[in-house]
Amino acid sequence: MHSSKQNSFTKRMPYGAGVGLKAEHYARILEERPMMGFFEVHAENYMGPGGPPHRYLSEICRYYPLSIHGVGLSIGADSPLDLQHLKRLKALVDRYQPALFSEHLAWSSHNAGFFNDLLPVPYTNETLSRVVEHIDEVQEALGRRMLLENPSTYLAFEESTYAETDFIAEVAKRSGCGLLLDINNVFVACTNQQWNTAKYLKEYPLHSVEEIHLAGHADELDEFGRPLLIDSHDRPVDETVWQLYELAVAKIGHVPTLIEWDTELPDWPVLQREARRAEEILFSHAAEGAFCDLIA
Amino acid sequence: MTSLHERQYEFAAALLDPTASIPSGLVGPDGRPSVRRFGVYRNNVIVGLVDALRGTYPAVCRLVGEEFFLAMARMYATQHPPESPVLISYGASFAGFLERFEPVKDLPYLPDVARMEYAWVESYHAEESEPLAVSTLETIAPEDLPGLRFHFHPSTRLVSSKYPALTIWRMNLGDIEPAEIALADSEAEEVLIVRPRSHVEVRGLLHSHALWIQQLIRGETVLSATASVLECISDFDPAAALVLLMESNAVKGLQLDPTNHLGRQNDAR
Repeated sequence: MHSSKQNSFTKRMPYGAGVGLKAEHYARILEERPMMGFFEVHAENYMGPGGPPHRYLSEICRYYPLSIHGVGLSIGADSPLDLQHLKRLKALVDRYQPALFSEHLAWSSHNAGFFNDLLPVPYTNETLSRVVEHIDEVQEALGRRMLLENPSTYLAFEESTYAETDFIAEVAKRSGCGLLLDINNVFVACTNQQWNTAKYLKEYPLHSVEEIHLAGHADELDEFGRPLLIDSHDRPVDETVWQLYELAVAKIGHVPTLIEWDTELPDWPVLQREARRAEEILFSHAAEGAFCDLIA
Repeated sequence: MTSLHERQYEFAAALLDPTASIPSGLVGPDGRPSVRRFGVYRNNVIVGLVDALRGTYPAVCRLVGEEFFLAMARMYATQHPPESPVLISYGASFAGFLERFEPVKDLPYLPDVARMEYAWVESYHAEESEPLAVSTLETIAPEDLPGLRFHFHPSTRLVSSKYPALTIWRMNLGDIEPAEIALADSEAEEVLIVRPRSHVEVRGLLHSHALWIQQLIRGETVLSATASVLECISDFDPAAALVLLMESNAVKGLQLDPTNHLGRQNDAR
């Protein structure tokens, strides 16, 4: 454990539900200042030197808590972290001081270049030490604790020796990182791998979860007719995912929850409705938790 | 057991080559390999890059049609995967690719429209800087003007085309109905793109003004830039060009030529 993993938030923590911040909604958000627990941005979209993205984000940060979500660090790669990219990330995190910073259990860079997708890793001891080394390096560089997101996967590696949940628990334990539990990814991975979702949530280290993601997925079949869900972020959250979310919240209590919708963007009110639905679930369970504390 | 290094090497090699067989040991829930499942990753990689290109090059997309653009962007993305995870700068070599891409040879202006679109995106994301007020010019003594050099705003881009690429670009943005352009009678177009504050501003330039600004961007003094434009365009009006340049907010600083300045001091003695 490093001392740098102590959180030193200068900004308010997100409370309730938030949505991914999209350029299409910048102006409306500043005009109407809608009720929203927080906004989350993809780090890489704000790595240009200047311009409207930074102008809007700085302004929006005056009114809302911020979460920064990296998609390009390639923490699961065997090759060393891209130090240039880590430097850019540090500059961004230093500038905006987000309440939360998260990245993925995945790799996306290789000698051939950057793949722009979150590619899966085998769950072996070798990957485990590599991932923990990389998270140590990130937390050291950023001077803060990061959250790691569970992947949505479409296939498995024969050489894996850990269950995904055990692997993630071990990473969190060794690196001291927190976790971003993506419930849609849980459902996508469990369906694709034919794992039991209830068992997954039971074995997942829920005590380390500091943020939840919810998103929509596409429903397909592989060439053998087996269900194949695709993590598409292009539609409303699936009903089963809402149910799983409720299960998770019942166990965790209040946890900032983000609606991810990245392509085929809906009108702002649709996004708002999804966030409100998450908040209703969140607050009904938070209230239950408070009541339990009261009578305990 | 396959090492992580080997695993990612094989995975990466098979990702960008749709004809490559999928690496062994990547399996579905019953232990059977599945091309369709690996195909999800192959597709994600390409679709994400194609989307990024469509975002940067909307007019090129409209000019060739969506379906054609997607196929063309797919080829570009396969041949030129990004080197950096910062995709806002992806696609810098797309105009060069279009120049060499046979199927669009009958649209000779297409690479220049792409250059303008990429310059717009670069300008949009460029570093912030306060442009110099037009009134600053009034503080310059007339005898200092020839030795003047300009520091340009980081968002300044100048794109020249042998074709009416600016007209074509503008006609293919938004919902305006494109009109016919007779390429044979049309003139070359040059464009100055600047984002002095929050909005990217696009200006068509006279050829002489473009040449002059180009010299100034290269660091030439007003005197030498003016002389080289006058060599080929005798009716060039540097005063009008100077006003246009200052009004475009593309200038963030001025520098007097120290040798010229020194000369004047000597004269004064």
